[in-house]
Formats: sequence, C-alpha cells, structure tokens
Amino acid sequence: MAADDVKPNEQIHPGKPVIVDRYTVGARINHWITAASLILLALSGLAMFHPSLFFLSGLFGGGQFTRFIHPWVGVVLFFSFLGLFLRFWKANLWRREDGTWLARFRDVLANQEDNVPEVGKYNAGQKLVFWSMSVLIVILISSGLVAWDQYFSQYTTIDQKRVAILVHSIAAVAIIGVWIVHFYSAIWVRGTIPAMTRGRVTGGWAWRHHRKWLRELVAKSSKGTGPSGSKPAE
Amino acid sequence: MFPPLPNPSTTETTPRFSEKDLIRRSASTVPAPEQHLTEVAKLIDVSKCIGCKACQTACIEWNDTHPEVGVFAGAFENPPDLTPDMFTLMRYSEWDNPETNELEWLIRKDGCMHCADPGCLKACPAPGAIVQYSNGIVDFVHENCIGCGYCIKGCPFNIPRISKVDHTAYKCTLCSDRVAVGQGPACAKACPTQAIVFGTKDEMKGWAAKRVEDLKSRGFANAGLYDPPGVGGTHVMYVLHHADQPELYSGLPKEPRISPLVEVWKGVTKYAGLTVLGVAAGVGLLHHLIMGPNRVTEADEEHAEELTEGDSHGRR
Ligand code: HEM
Ligand code: SF4
Ligand code: SF4
Ligand code: SF4
Repeated sequence: MAADDVKPNEQIHPGKPVIVDRYTVGARINHWITAASLILLALSGLAMFHPSLFFLSGLFGGGQFTRFIHPWVGVVLFFSFLGLFLRFWKANLWRREDGTWLARFRDVLANQEDNVPEVGKYNAGQKLVFWSMSVLIVILISSGLVAWDQYFSQYTTIDQKRVAILVHSIAAVAIIGVWIVHFYSAIWVRGTIPAMTRGRVTGGWAWRHHRKWLRELVAKSSKGTGPSGSKPAE
Repeated sequence: MFPPLPNPSTTETTPRFSEKDLIRRSASTVPAPEQHLTEVAKLIDVSKCIGCKACQTACIEWNDTHPEVGVFAGAFENPPDLTPDMFTLMRYSEWDNPETNELEWLIRKDGCMHCADPGCLKACPAPGAIVQYSNGIVDFVHENCIGCGYCIKGCPFNIPRISKVDHTAYKCTLCSDRVAVGQGPACAKACPTQAIVFGTKDEMKGWAAKRVEDLKSRGFANAGLYDPPGVGGTHVMYVLHHADQPELYSGLPKEPRISPLVEVWKGVTKYAGLTVLGVAAGVGLLHHLIMGPNRVTEADEEHAEELTEGDSHGRR
C-alpha cells in the first residue's frame, strides 16, 4: 500500500545536497496548464461576479470576450485536471497518519513539524486541497454547462439555471479559497516551487516535509526494485 | 374611447428623457436624478384584444427586426416563443370555464412588463447594459451587453432573449425612442381595438378602473388590473377578465417576484464571497509576517544525506 506513493520514475540522486525527483515533465506541463486555466477562470469569472471587479474583463479584451472565453477555459481546466487526477489520486488516498497530522495542524502552522507524524508524498493538507479541488471542479463544470447560455440554454428551465449559477458562484468562491491555501503553502514552504518547475526537490525538503516518502524512496532504491533504474525522470 | 396617440410631428423635437433621468443602471450606481419624470405605462386590455397581431407586426416594423420565416406548428402563436427578433408575442389559450361551461379564448400580448423592481437589471453583471429611467422604462443598452444571459435568470416573466448574431440581449423597449419624442409605442398605435393604450401610469390605472367596472357589469365578477406588487408594480399592465387566475393567460405568473435564488446569488453570495476571499488572503499574509518562511535547514539536508548514504545502491 505504502509503495503507492512512490512512482517508478522518482529517483534519489545522492550528493550535497541530495536531490529527489518529484514530478515528471508530463506531470509538470499538466499542472501548469491546469494552473493557468484556473487563474484565467478566476479572473474572468470574478469580472462577472461583482461590479467592482468588472474591470478584470479588460484583461480579456472586454466583457463579450470574457463571457465567451470563460466556459471554454473551463473545458480545458476540466480535462487538464482530469489528467492530474489520474496521476495523483492514489497518492492522495487518506492514511491513518493524516488524521493525526491534521489534529496537530497548529504545530504545522507554528513551524514545528517535528511534532507531527511523518507523512508520505502528500500531507493531509495537500490531500484536502486535492480532493476539494476535484469535487469543486466537477460541481463547477456541471453548473457551468447549465449556465452556458450560448450552447445549452434550451436544455434547462430558468429555475434550474438560477440554481446552477448560484451553485457556480459559491463553488467558484470556494475553489478560489482553496487555491489561496494551495498557493500560500507553496510559497510559505520554501523549496516547494522547484518541485513543479524543475521537477525536483532537495533531500532536506523531503526529509523535513515528507519523510515517509523519502524513506520509501530510499528503501526502494536500495532494494533496486525500480524498473530500469538508469532512466532519469522523463 | 381613449384619446388616440398623437401623430409624429414634422419638426425636430428634443428627447424628453436621457441619461440624466436614470434611476438604476446595472452593475453601477447612478446619482439620484434632479427630477422624477411622470411614470408612463402601457395598458393591455385582454378583453378587447381580437388577436390580430397588428401589434406584433408594428413592433417588427418599428424596431426593424427580421424574424425568421417560421413553420406552422398547429397553434396560433407565431413564432412559437419570444425571440431576439420578436419582442412581443400574442399567446392564445383555450379555457373551459367550469362556471359557465363556455369555451373562452384568452389572448395575451406577452412581452416585457417594465417592472418597477426589474430582476433583469438586478442580475446583470455588465455596467450600463440595463438601465431604468425615472418614467419607468427599462431598456437594454446593447453596446454594454456582454451576452451572459443573467437577465434571463433574473426576469420573473421569462422575457429577455439573447441574439445568436450579435450575442446581446433583446426585449421590448417600450418604444423608448418613440416615447422620448412624445409618441406612444408602435404596438399601441397599431392596435385597431384600443386593446393597447398608452399614457401616464395614473391615467392608465384610471382607465383600467373604468374597464374593470364595465367588465364586472357584464358578469366578469373577478375582472381586475394586473399590476403585480411583488415586482413593485409594472409599467405594462393588463386588464384581465379573470384577474384572480392570471395563470389562465398562458401562464402569466400570479405573484411574480424576483426569485429568492437570484436574491441570494446577487446578495449575500457576493458580500460573503468577497469577504471570505479577502480574509483568506489576509490570514495568509499575516501568517507569513508572523511566522516567516518555512525553510529547510542544514540539519534537514544532512539527515537526508545520511539516509541516502546508508543506501549503497544509490544511483547517480
Ligand atoms: C469547469 C468548467 C467551467 C465552466 C463550463 C464554467 C462556465 C461558466 C459560465 C457559463 C458562466 C456564466 C458567464 C459566461 O457565460 O461566461 C460562469 C460564471 C462564473 N464562473 Fe465559471 N465555469 C467553469 C469553471 C470555473 C472556475 C474553475 C471558476 C473559478 C476559479 C469559475 C468562476 C466563475 C465565476 C466567479 C463566475 C461568475 C458567477 C457570478 O456571476 O456570480 N468558473 N462560468
Ligand atoms: S446578457 Fe443580459 S445580463 Fe448579460 S450583460 Fe447583457 S443585458 Fe446584462
Ligand atoms: S419583465 Fe423581465 S425583462 Fe422586463 S423589466 Fe421585468 S425583469 Fe426586466
Ligand atoms: S412597446 Fe414597442 S418594442 Fe414594446 S412591444 Fe410595443 S412596439 Fe414592440
């Protein structure tokens, strides 16, 4: 079970510092397409969300184009996130240590990670971000399709459209909130960004934040179970 | 007979109302106008309508819309529904009156009601795409419309339609361009039976009272004026022979009001939403200011090195 966290292409490169592969090129491209779509969706959606933010439509060359492009970016986001979901869902399954980690979340915030259990590739916070994003994106695409007047207006009643747009706006607020948490964690926990830019983190980062994952990686490479060990991460 | 509408004058007239007379503007605030214009209204007396569709035709002509040539669908309605090119539509329903055992043909001219509290305007996210003048006219301003269709969700009467050609919303303008120069709506002008009359809202209420009285004297005990208070009253009103059952007239809503879903969407969701996001960002910032970054230490790196060095098969 635990080995689910470790992907065949995750390698440890000993040295000073130790370098650990975390994301393949494919996963990184997939992530950044998703990230770009989510930000574009938030900006274009917020333009329609509140008059004080309507100026954001200027970023998209006006209200008409904002209205037009938003749902299409949504479609990109949906499929792109689907890719991430298929890549990451296993490592995001809930484990026993996650409950304890969460119960000691104060220590995490207080920078006292020694008091919390060792975690695998993802900690409980990351898992919650992952699952709430997954659920919210499903809600957003389904309510978004109902609100997509240009192509789908004839399939639903006006009352259904009212429910849809209300649900959509609430889910949008929620997902932007989750994104803020996600973004803040990535910048607060220094050394995280290179995981998604260059695909690798330092051993110290892995030791500090995902010690169980690091141990699993080490165990795997010492047993030599990884297929074609010479192949670096894509 | 109600005094007929004047013919257009041949001399140039300055518009009687303009931007200065706005009392509401979508997604924006407007300064209170200096003067409040007399409210106008169109009164549609259903009992006098013969279903000739002269109003529909006049509306097409005046607004220069080009509805598609449709197909006969076995009903009198033509086209079957309002469209971006058909701002008003005669709807026909046949009703077996259980009291008299008579078949009644109830014909209603459907179209924008020019609500005093317009749901379309409330829902619209685009500044200035929907405006309301102090005389009661609710008008769509196409160059500001983004085509999102929120007005459709806001309207309790299912009126606005989005054009597939220019992707903006259309509905009856109450002939704001004609009213501005002292004329009445084209549909009212064309109506051969005076089932549509136009004047100030007070005049129309007075005229309606007489019509209701007349109808009651003819046995329509429930005759009445449709000026629904749920939307603050309307500037298009109906005289109905069965005012107690407006639904009979092709589903005219009995107690129209802006849907509570729309009120929540446009009310608490916006304020709570922006607050939540603001607080989330603020907490993040504060946390960073207090705690500083979470940095990997030298010790962490050394631990990792020890761990990997213990591994003789480590690959480079
Ligand atoms: C996943 C697929 C999505 C689809 C198909 C979709 C579709 C739509 C549609 C059709 C609208 C109405 C305006 C328009 O026609 O452009 C809308 C509004 C909006 N969307 Fe989306 N959307 C999606 C995802 C998202 C995401 C991920 C966010 C947030 C990051 C978001 C935020 C918003 C917001 C804030 C509004 C304005 C709601 C309001 O006015 O209250 N949407 N969306
Ligand atoms: S479609 Fe309706 S709600 Fe949307 S901008 Fe145009 S008038 Fe406003
Ligand atoms: S009837 Fe509908 S479109 Fe007309 S003013 Fe009222 S809410 Fe707006
Ligand atoms: S008032 Fe003007 S726009 Fe409205 S239905 Fe009559 S003719 Fe058409």
